[in-house]
Amino acid sequence: MLNLSRAFHQPALVQPDGCQKRLSGSERRGQATVDSTIFLFLLQDGIINGAVYALAAIALVLIFAVTRVIFVPQGEFVAFTALTIAALENGKLPPTVWLLLALGCLAALSEIAQYRAEMTLKRLARIAAFDIVLPLIFIAIATVVAPMKLGEAVYILLAVVLIIPMGPMIYRIAFEPIAHSSVLVLLMVAFGVHFSLTGLGLVFFGPEGIGTAALSSQSFSLGALVITGQSVAVVATTVIFLALFALFFGRSLLGKALRACSSNRIGARLVGIPTSIAGQVSFGIAAFMGAISGVLVGPLMTVYYDSGFLIGLKAFVAAILGGLLSYPLAVVASLAVGFAEALFSFWASAFKEVLVFALIVPVLLWRSFTSPEGHD
Amino acid sequence: MSGTILKVRDLHVAYGRVEVVHGVSLEMTQGALITVIGANGAGKTTLLNAIVGLLPASGTVELAGEAMTARPLESRVRAGLSLVPERRELFADMSVEDNLLLGGFRRPARERGESLDDIFARFPRLHERRAQLAGTLSGGERQMLAMGRALMARPKLLMLDEPSLGLAPLIVRDVFHILTELRAAGVSILLVEQNARAALQIADYAYVMELGEITAQGRPDEIARDQRLIESYLGFGRNEY
Repeated sequence: MLNLSRAFHQPALVQPDGCQKRLSGSERRGQATVDSTIFLFLLQDGIINGAVYALAAIALVLIFAVTRVIFVPQGEFVAFTALTIAALENGKLPPTVWLLLALGCLAALSEIAQYRAEMTLKRLARIAAFDIVLPLIFIAIATVVAPMKLGEAVYILLAVVLIIPMGPMIYRIAFEPIAHSSVLVLLMVAFGVHFSLTGLGLVFFGPEGIGTAALSSQSFSLGALVITGQSVAVVATTVIFLALFALFFGRSLLGKALRACSSNRIGARLVGIPTSIAGQVSFGIAAFMGAISGVLVGPLMTVYYDSGFLIGLKAFVAAILGGLLSYPLAVVASLAVGFAEALFSFWASAFKEVLVFALIVPVLLWRSFTSPEGHD
Repeated sequence: MSGTILKVRDLHVAYGRVEVVHGVSLEMTQGALITVIGANGAGKTTLLNAIVGLLPASGTVELAGEAMTARPLESRVRAGLSLVPERRELFADMSVEDNLLLGGFRRPARERGESLDDIFARFPRLHERRAQLAGTLSGGERQMLAMGRALMARPKLLMLDEPSLGLAPLIVRDVFHILTELRAAGVSILLVEQNARAALQIADYAYVMELGEITAQGRPDEIARDQRLIESYLGFGRNEY
């Protein structure tokens, strides 16, 4: 994934000798050594990768804490956002609007089927408003806005707004009806959702890969190291959203209610926190985090309809390193995964994915020896 | 202080195919403190869980004349049912204050602040420990917090499941003292207890539950004098506090 191929082609990044080696690293495996300049480049790459993984990893931790779902398709939000922005940049109506409408219809059917016994007119109206009318409004807005080419800020805003409702919709379609199932069942369904979304992604977005415009074309140098505006934007955005995330969960009652759901499910129900709403909110936040990641990675890589999977999987590695419990640990682990990936792509680029995923093995071993029995 | 606050009719509760509560009916007037006593395994906890909506049940449950039977737990809580469960079910990794605030999750923000002050006035110990994590509290403090959290919802009916369980005798006395205070303040209380003697001392009316059925009911002093109940089920003398 994030091989930062574009960044590699920026003049500053290929100046030092070491980086020339890195480009052909697969042939010269074993000879490549890391000097301090290369180390700094790799560190920068690692931090950028890690920042993107961090957003996805805390979304995974959040969803798992609140709903016990290991949300494999988190990466899909990332890819679909980037593809949406790319479509808007080309002045085309993003196919995302149709995907949203399709998901909305499915969510409406799912909720009506699940709650048919206690369906009220008010509830039907709410379903119609959120699942059908809202996507139709978005279709109308996107149809008007897309050909006008109003600029990057509008594209980003529209893409994020189109992606966020998909989170709660997916929760209601796939997970709410089986909310009380075991973690394993939920995981299998999460894989099902992943494959369905990838399939839908192919139908709606097509097989072509595409990149989006850089958030910033500026760059400045710090000694031998050249720092691009894009990388600053990535890190700054991630830091801002992590801070907002911490503020939301530390201060707001809704954030505390979501924490309560993960702390004690029965206790949360007994104080009247509706588990369904908690699930929907956490999926909405996850979709939002995914969309932000999509805005950030779009300019860094060529995004295909199925590019999200590897991002999600690496975020999953980071989330597991953090025990699927701790947000700060997940962030630190994301940076470690990002740096490891940068390092492995320098040393053994053909094996970098394998090596990144291999990081999970010792952690799983350690956790299986230290976790209490029967903990799911 | 009159009118019926809770009416339960012919409640059956089953775990899978095994029915553990067989057609229980009970009724309580507003502002009363009613106790359901009985031996371990009589189905008391199951009864409370079914009333609050944690377990599916057949039969009817009415709160202040409002039918609860078809409503999910969250909606029953909003309607004014609050359960302090046997296992307390606190948010262990959150502060005492956050636990209490979440107890008022369904109330408007302004009322929540007022309720919090009330609770701190009633439980000064919780005020001292407001910033401490709930998981680090002692058993008695946890029980106080669980009660405080339930009261934050300003319930029409407060149900308590074995509030004396696992507590030292002195603390049990405190807990029961608080219950009498709450009753005096007009809170309707349904108390489920194994510690029958303590419960009978503070209750207005008592039900005895055996093997999933109500087998006796009456004023606490009548129940306390019933020789058969004393010997067979209540275990007086063994269960003193």
